[in-house]
Amino acid sequence: MAKLSKADVEHVAGLAKLDLTETEINKFLPQLSQILEHVGELGKVDTTDLAPTSQTTGLTNVFREDEVKPSSIDLDGALSGTDNTFNGYFKVEAILTERTDK
Amino acid sequence: MNTKLIPIIGMEIHIEPNTKSKMFCACPQDHFGKAPNTQVCPICLGLPGALPFANYEGIAKTVKLGLALGSKISEFSKFYRKNYFYPDLPKGFQTSQLDSPFCVGGSLNGFAINHIHLEEDAGKLVHETIDGKKCSLVDFNRSGCALIELVTEPVFHDIPSVISFVKELQLVARYIDISGADMEKGSMRLEANISLSEEEKVKSGELPNYKVELKNINSFKFLEKAVSAEIKRQTEAIERGEVLVQETRGYDEVKQSTFSQRSKADAHDYRYFPEADLPPIELTKSQIANIKSQIPELPESKRKRFEEEYKLSKDFADILVSEKARSDYFEEAVKLGQGSSPSAKTVADLMINKKLDEQFPEPAGLVKKIVELTKVEYASTEEVENAVKSVLIENEKAVADYKGGNGNVIGFLIGMTQKKLQGKGSSQIVREKLLEGIQK
Ligand SMILES: [Zn+2]
Repeated sequence: MAKLSKADVEHVAGLAKLDLTETEINKFLPQLSQILEHVGELGKVDTTDLAPTSQTTGLTNVFREDEVKPSSIDLDGALSGTDNTFNGYFKVEAILTERTDK
Repeated sequence: MNTKLIPIIGMEIHIEPNTKSKMFCACPQDHFGKAPNTQVCPICLGLPGALPFANYEGIAKTVKLGLALGSKISEFSKFYRKNYFYPDLPKGFQTSQLDSPFCVGGSLNGFAINHIHLEEDAGKLVHETIDGKKCSLVDFNRSGCALIELVTEPVFHDIPSVISFVKELQLVARYIDISGADMEKGSMRLEANISLSEEEKVKSGELPNYKVELKNINSFKFLEKAVSAEIKRQTEAIERGEVLVQETRGYDEVKQSTFSQRSKADAHDYRYFPEADLPPIELTKSQIANIKSQIPELPESKRKRFEEEYKLSKDFADILVSEKARSDYFEEAVKLGQGSSPSAKTVADLMINKKLDEQFPEPAGLVKKIVELTKVEYASTEEVENAVKSVLIENEKAVADYKGGNGNVIGFLIGMTQKKLQGKGSSQIVREKLLEGIQK
């Protein structure tokens, strides 16, 4: 497994919207590399005869009827985790960049 | 530059299906005009520990659209987590699809579709200035709503084709009753991917190494303006020798030009992985057949049938078929009018040119009105008598033949009388008067 570079750490931090200091980057670089190496151990398992799966339950087709049911959360409940609200909305700092998705 | 530049356009079209509940929870799907954050629950707010539960109707409506457009339906599908941060996405990922969308391929108006997949919608952002400070407000009523996304191949080379494709898709969605596909209400939203290339390269199937994504197109008018402004911008840039880059742009209606929305940090890196909370879906042949059986006659074949069966002009057929209810009304009126005077053409004409279907909510009312209208135009009894009198004088031989036992001659005499009346005689009265006259 290829070693992580400083740029990789910065990239991952960027995706997580984290601003890291130089010291933090230097601290996390070996830690992240270690994690990757550890997970990389899985690559040693012989999977030639195994079908790929995306889940472990073995379930398929778990569906819900198309019915509206009362929510366990009302407006006050929905907003209860923050003081930053306005007229029933969550209030956040002005979003200046448009999302790239959708 | 002498080589001709050709636009290459691909469309991404989002349609909110008209399910009762959201895609993965039991909150209402219809969020239009509802008070903010009043249709939310732990699942669509992305609270820790919440378990999504797929709404079969959402899947069925996606498959229905695919079947209507000739897509191949995947026997095995799964959902993915598409990870990115944005304040309207409470979980930090959007549940979507990747390598096994419900519908693959298909076409509409002869334009190829890449695939149709199902995902969830995000919340809505409102930008406001409160107490002099700019901020954004978040409403999660739309969060987790079912959202169908249709992606075409980059096969459009002119704007009219794009517009007629989108209009036809809107009509199909309404015919198969999967969505109102209302652009004003946001239940249909458009994005266009645009690039330019030289004619020769387009012919050989070579695609340019960039595309510009135009976002937030919310009306047909807007679509036309935004796409043509972007084509103009790209043409001028290439003529100046600039190299165009992959980016996302919006359209400024006031300036009538597009502007870049890309920021450096927006690199596409969604780290998709399968959503383990939602077991995969294996649609059975009978489920697919059942969905297929609910698809009514589609607009394209209805137009053809209206032209052939009712001998309508292409324009008339187009107008009637552009609203399913109106085309049903028309057929019902024609059926009710059968045997009496109004022809299908008369019904269509009175609906389209006189808007009589608006006056009569029931087709039976329209038919009654038409019968009345045409009656007024019938020749009066006196006119018929006069016409019969001269026909009998002018056709002595035919009259003699009839009296000699050739009953078929009466048809000829009726024809002659109608000719004098310019076809306005009631055939029953003309026959009566002729027989009377002959007996005299
Ligand atoms: Zn919910």
